[in-house]
Amino acid sequence: MAHIDNTDPLLQEITGPTPGQMLRKRVFGHQGLLIGAVVLIILLFIAIFAPLLAPHDPYAQSLMNRMEPPVFLGGTWEHPLGTDHLGRDYLSRLIYGARVSLLIGAVAALISGVIGTAMGVAAGYFGGRVDMVVTFLINVRLAMPVVLVALAVVAILGGSLQVVIVVLGLLLWDRFAVVMRASTLQVRGREYVAAARAIGASTPRVILSEIMPNIANNLIVVITLEMAHAILLEAALSFLGLGVQPPTPSWGLMVSEGKNMMLFEPWLVLIPGAVLFLLVLAINLMGDGLRDVTAPENRS
Amino acid sequence: MLTFILKRLGLAVLVAFTVSFISFSLLFLAGDPAAALAGETASGEDIESLRKLYGFDRPMLVQYGDWLFSAIQGDFGESYYFRLPVASLIAERLSVTMTLGVCGISFALLTAVPLGVAAAIRPNSIIDRVALFLSVAGQAMPSFWFGLILIVIFAIQLGWLPPSGASSPVHFIMPTIVLGYYAMPAIMRLTRAGMLDVLSSDYIRTARAKGAPEGRVLFRHALRNAIIPVVSLAAVQMGFMLGGSIVVESIFALHGAGYLAWESIARNDLPTVQALILVFSMFYIVFTFLADVLNAWLDPRMRSS
Amino acid sequence: MEKPLLSVRNLTIDIPVGGGTLHAVRGIDFDLNRGETLCIVGESGSGKSLTSLAVMGLLGKTIRRTADRMDFDGTDLTRANPRTMRKLRGARMSMIFQEPMTSLNPAYTIGDQLTEALLLHKPVGREAARARAVELLEKVGITAAESRLSQYPHQLSGGLRQRVMIAMALMCEPELIIADEPTTALDVTIQAQILRLLYDLGREMNMAMILITHDLGVVARVADKVAVMYAGELVETGPAADVFNTPSHPYTRGLLRCIPLPGKTERGSTLGTIPGIVPSLVGDIEGCAFRTRCPYAEAACRSEIPRQGSAGHAFRCIHEDGKRQAEEATA
Repeated sequence: MAHIDNTDPLLQEITGPTPGQMLRKRVFGHQGLLIGAVVLIILLFIAIFAPLLAPHDPYAQSLMNRMEPPVFLGGTWEHPLGTDHLGRDYLSRLIYGARVSLLIGAVAALISGVIGTAMGVAAGYFGGRVDMVVTFLINVRLAMPVVLVALAVVAILGGSLQVVIVVLGLLLWDRFAVVMRASTLQVRGREYVAAARAIGASTPRVILSEIMPNIANNLIVVITLEMAHAILLEAALSFLGLGVQPPTPSWGLMVSEGKNMMLFEPWLVLIPGAVLFLLVLAINLMGDGLRDVTAPENRS
Repeated sequence: MLTFILKRLGLAVLVAFTVSFISFSLLFLAGDPAAALAGETASGEDIESLRKLYGFDRPMLVQYGDWLFSAIQGDFGESYYFRLPVASLIAERLSVTMTLGVCGISFALLTAVPLGVAAAIRPNSIIDRVALFLSVAGQAMPSFWFGLILIVIFAIQLGWLPPSGASSPVHFIMPTIVLGYYAMPAIMRLTRAGMLDVLSSDYIRTARAKGAPEGRVLFRHALRNAIIPVVSLAAVQMGFMLGGSIVVESIFALHGAGYLAWESIARNDLPTVQALILVFSMFYIVFTFLADVLNAWLDPRMRSS
Repeated sequence: MEKPLLSVRNLTIDIPVGGGTLHAVRGIDFDLNRGETLCIVGESGSGKSLTSLAVMGLLGKTIRRTADRMDFDGTDLTRANPRTMRKLRGARMSMIFQEPMTSLNPAYTIGDQLTEALLLHKPVGREAARARAVELLEKVGITAAESRLSQYPHQLSGGLRQRVMIAMALMCEPELIIADEPTTALDVTIQAQILRLLYDLGREMNMAMILITHDLGVVARVADKVAVMYAGELVETGPAADVFNTPSHPYTRGLLRCIPLPGKTERGSTLGTIPGIVPSLVGDIEGCAFRTRCPYAEAACRSEIPRQGSAGHAFRCIHEDGKRQAEEATA
């Protein structure tokens, strides 16, 4: 028989890293994901510790100190980003605004995530009539103009934080349903699902312990992207004056309030918009990054 | 092909009826529409007479049937605020919105498709990075803020463009860019991904093996296949854009249907709001239907089945 | 002596990968005369397909190709610019790919795709091109050829599509045709028909053919010359009869033991296998790449391996005749 020389360099066994090590390597090798996560964590930190970080009360008006410029435009360190048309400290309002944006984004994405995932998984798993109904509902939802419907409903019910969150949550489930339906369809045919059914696992059990873990990566990606979507929509509604109502410090509302003074004080518009842009960018970068590092084709 | 079109048409009609029912029900979200219409200072008697006048005392489904029957004939009732037929109000404003929508989607397609193709030809090149940057930034850009920045730069600082209004083609430049940029990232990404996919396919290798020049390989063989899904997406985006025109029209004071919607919502003018939601939905339904038909026609596999 | 149509010396193909360079093809030589059929055999990943793509100039942008010489009828392919290559491809050398299901463009009719090469390379009109397409479709055994021209690829079966691919490759009457495992994706019954067709057409039109396959049964029927590849190297080349009768490299003999040959394999005996796996081609390989699977491997196999045999029938091994006679004696 062939005498195999075990010391031969050609036979050096190729031992790869573990899946965990590979995932870590992909995560830390993905610039967009890292930048997005760091920015998001910083903004989250700011939102949570807003009372400790804000130099002033975001609601305290001071008609003596209206429209003070930020420190880089000749203002004072008393109000590093200046004050608005009611003399409120702009930095403090920005800091509290992070709470509004993140809260709305997270809760709205959670509500729509529950609705959309339930619909999508049901459609993908049961197929047939359930699938037909869900697909039809998705079509109906997509045909409704989101901004217009959200504006109308918020206007009718009155613009409070809770109403805006619930309305957005009830409107933004479409992408969850589409993605979860497709992912479930893909997973449903796999052998391990058939195996679970063959040993007599109940339907809820198959869905929870066989299907869900295998589509969770897609769910996380959609959650981040819809969170960004909800934050942008809230800002747009508030900008149009039919979202979160004054004096709540919402970034969209701040842009709207600054708009009238834009001719003379463009920073009133630039600063809150830039922060909003940054937050949404960070969340999107993270979502795109998560999709890249968890995509099966990148796992080899 | 014909069965496909008929099936698709049936779905479109069904979706349209459902949307009409939902937009009609919005009226009842507020509770008593008569009270809402009469205003806070109205007496009980005034509310009762309004209820009779507008037929709010009838069962909801009867009212819906009545409304739908008129709507199909092009009668959306009378605006509470303008005291004019809603249909003529909307018709008057729609041309501005349609112009904006067509300009916006054209701008998006004309920037996104070439960029997507160029990025796919040379992945990881400078142009690919620029395209990626533009699309990532575009997806995170609040369009109202982008519009205001453009106004600050091009209207206030440089004075090149008018800040608002719709009296000349020049007035549409900034709104087109803002609306188009909203739709661009998705189209760019899909074009790039589609081209990358197609360029690595076996039939592109076949075309090269025949000695086809590179331009012919890229455009006749590759883009022809990669563009098929882009058509559907462009139609969907066009539908979204008309709905999104409300933000852009309010920033640039373009008095189109979106602006009318904004005003009407603020004024509690429910018949106008209902009609606008229905009209915008109809546009979306018609666009996606046409796109699916076009798509089926572009794809020989669907055309012959 | 006749000057070969295609002459390749020291062809090397390197692919940059994550952890270094994958030396996919490592210095191979071969010649091909007009009208001759060369079969390149070897396992998956041995570099057969890359070799053929290198000749056609169809390697991806990231892949590096070097050669001392690649001469096609007086044209130096190593120095040819893209324009020159384009004029050769489809006109004087053409290729038939492995996957008939995906190698035709789904958006165009069979007629459009058949006539494309002819219209690109020759000064002929649409009508003449269509007539030529019908003629060739009939030649490759497609019935109702005229009506097929307006059909789309998805309307044809795999076997029909591969016939169309063959007709397409023949449109400009090329001098060289490369067929990269043209039948692996097809049903066994159709495989034989397609190969027969390809072989007959090659003879009829006096085309040189490179047939890439891992099916030695096919090789035995059609090849004039055989080249055996292992891990990016040519381990044995020669006239088909010589390679089959006196297989000198242990790997060639291993391969031959894996298939039943009419008249050679005894009824009821077990077919052989080659134990072990192909080594990784990333990084340099010192000595013989086959030594980890070779029953005659020695310490000397790690050093430079001499080239033995005649110019006609050559092999790379340190052993005199690759231990052929020793093996036959024990058998």
